[in-house]
Amino acid sequence: MATRIGIETEQPSDGISLVRLSGRLDISSAAEVKQAFAGVVADHRNRIVVDLAGVTFIDSSGLSTLVSGLRTARQAGGDLRLAAAGAQPVALFSLTSLDQVFRLYPTVEEALDGYQGK
Amino acid sequence: MSAATEVIGGPDLLTTTEQHAWRRMMTRQYLIRILILVNFALGIYYLSWRYAASINWDYWPLALALLAAETYSFIDACLFGSSMWRWHRRIGSPAKQGDETVDVLICCYNEPVELVRETAEAALRLKHPSRVYICDDGNNPEMRAMAAEIGSGYLTRSAAWQGQDRHAKAGNLINALEQTEGDFLLILDADQVVLPEILDETLGYFRDPKVAFVQTPQWFKNVPEGDPFGSQAPLFYGPIQEAKDGWNAAFFCGSNAVLRREALSHIGLVNYVRDLRRQLQAILNEATRRLNQVERDLDRRGDLELLAAVRALREPIAEARHGLNSGVPLAELTYRFQRQAQASARSIVDADLASIARDLNDIPGLEDLGDVTDRLTALLEDPEAADRLTSRQASPLQAIAEIRELLLRVDVDRAFEATAIMPFSTISVTEDMATAMRMHALGYKSVFHSKILAHGLAPEDLRTALQQRLRWAQGTIQVMFRENPFTFPGLRLMQRLAYFSTMWTYLAGFFAPVYLLSPAVGLLFGWSPVEAWSSEFFGRLIPYLIVNQLLFIVIGWGITTWRGQQYSLALFPIWIKSVTSAFSSVFLGKKLGFVVTPKTRQGGVSLQLIRVQLICMVVLTVAVLIGLTRLVLGIGEPVPIVINVVWAVFDMILLSVVVSAAFHQPDDEQEALLEESFATLHGRAGTGGR
Repeated sequence: MATRIGIETEQPSDGISLVRLSGRLDISSAAEVKQAFAGVVADHRNRIVVDLAGVTFIDSSGLSTLVSGLRTARQAGGDLRLAAAGAQPVALFSLTSLDQVFRLYPTVEEALDGYQGK
Repeated sequence: MSAATEVIGGPDLLTTTEQHAWRRMMTRQYLIRILILVNFALGIYYLSWRYAASINWDYWPLALALLAAETYSFIDACLFGSSMWRWHRRIGSPAKQGDETVDVLICCYNEPVELVRETAEAALRLKHPSRVYICDDGNNPEMRAMAAEIGSGYLTRSAAWQGQDRHAKAGNLINALEQTEGDFLLILDADQVVLPEILDETLGYFRDPKVAFVQTPQWFKNVPEGDPFGSQAPLFYGPIQEAKDGWNAAFFCGSNAVLRREALSHIGLVNYVRDLRRQLQAILNEATRRLNQVERDLDRRGDLELLAAVRALREPIAEARHGLNSGVPLAELTYRFQRQAQASARSIVDADLASIARDLNDIPGLEDLGDVTDRLTALLEDPEAADRLTSRQASPLQAIAEIRELLLRVDVDRAFEATAIMPFSTISVTEDMATAMRMHALGYKSVFHSKILAHGLAPEDLRTALQQRLRWAQGTIQVMFRENPFTFPGLRLMQRLAYFSTMWTYLAGFFAPVYLLSPAVGLLFGWSPVEAWSSEFFGRLIPYLIVNQLLFIVIGWGITTWRGQQYSLALFPIWIKSVTSAFSSVFLGKKLGFVVTPKTRQGGVSLQLIRVQLICMVVLTVAVLIGLTRLVLGIGEPVPIVINVVWAVFDMILLSVVVSAAFHQPDDEQEALLEESFATLHGRAGTGGR
């Protein structure tokens, strides 16, 4: 019944992980995504880029999942960046002013560039 | 009430010639009525005896099958008689006002440009000022160029239809209605070349504000000598439509008709509401069923938050179902449901926002983001923002696909159609009959104006002709299943009968095989459906048959109806297929195999198309030969053999029409003409018989 979300993680370089999400980031997929974030942080790849290009829908639970991911990453000394968000997610970020917390990178490459420059 | 009241201006105002015509018409009307009554009485006299005293139980399957077929035919005759009772012919037509605004809509899909050019040029020559539009569903750039060249308007589907159900010709017309504005619409198929006076002769009827449409006949100019495919339907576009007109039940036939825009808009609105009510009913029923499943799944997964929110939807769904039955306005009903759905989502959103605020406070390096957390807290208080987070575009309830669909569909905006209002009925592949019935149901009047004012093109090969016949039959049967005239609210009894009468004729396909095979099994196996071919049998049957034919002759006086009679029996496989395919499309949700009518004449002899009829003819021939041999050798009773031989030969004469049609080859001169103008025809000419 509930649509499952697609999660793929890659390791472009040491300490960095790229999490590609696809489908609907909502209340029923929240737990799974949180787990994925916790997994890469535990693996010491705590500089995370989340590729939202494939995400068609996001709700308040989805936002909460991303913030909790940011918290997990920061507490471990890393970071979480968002890239390639579509129209519906962007509107929700602006409504909740979470666009002041996250910088929404237009592409995955730009988000990764920031990390590599560090 | 006699037809006299229908004569425009009353008989006193008619010219001498018109008075003659009127008197002749009245004489014929009385004759028809007498014959209808006598035919009915003789039918009862014959059939009651058949039921009571003639069934041969030794061969009961055949006996009962024949009795069923005869009963069907008797009911058919009764329906025909009842609709013919008020046969009349309008004499003259009322003068138009003069300032009526008219749009001419020429529907085309993939017809040759030159064919449409002829139609459009004729429309541009209309005496009454009007705007001509080529409504091109084929989106052909050459068609557009031709329209610009001759100064005709040109319309294609608007962006709203992108990715939506296109609804064929009905959709094409609906699209055109939205882009035009005349008070009246002359609707033409791509091949219908009108006479310049068509509007002058028909607009006057609309001075009666209740008149919704005026239909004129369809006549085909390319029909060869002898009409091999039975294309002309003079009986339908004559006495039958005139008689239906007498009951204010003339059919709209999709072309060569003028319609009042206001009436179309009216039925569009009424049907929008009715369809919506029906759809909501179905959606809500489905929702209750699915909710149980969803709740069980959520419970198993331990998704307690969602479970609570989904449970809260039960009440508004129950309330909506109740409201639907007690007539609560739909907009209010759906609004309440949407509000409740938002309220149930609210608790989830609140919890999420609180958790976000908590998390943000915990994040090292973000402690100074005080204004964001403030804003989040404020969001919880801001009704507008909360609304947006819980609206159907962002609601957490969307996580469940079933609920997502429900949120989308329980509303009044019909998110799944190109346009909310559908003035032409889309319930059938032939939009015209259902549209007319809806107008009649709302109390509108219709007019059949018997004069031929347009000339079109008929199919020129058997395959195309059969496809066309099948489509009309399917359309009619779809209407019978979806909006049966007996249960459709608002119609008067005689209107119901007039509509049902046409539907009933298509059921003939199931009984034709009985009439065809009964003499064959009689000759081959000696089976007899009746106890005795007695003098009582003939004494009851023959007067009935004679009066039946007399009635037909008087009704069809001056026109050729034989071709139609042949086709109404000979095409029985088509009629059967129309009923079975319409049944599966309406009740089993199967798509009608939509046949794209070929643009060029299909050459060659097409025996494959008529194989069922050929088999019947072979069986009948063998049976007749065996019968004759027996007769010559003096084996068995001669009377039943003679009867069955005559009956079988008569059947073969009726069937032979499709054989000559299958072998029909146009001569060279015609062939050359065809190369230039060949058309897919959307037109409607009634069934073979009526």
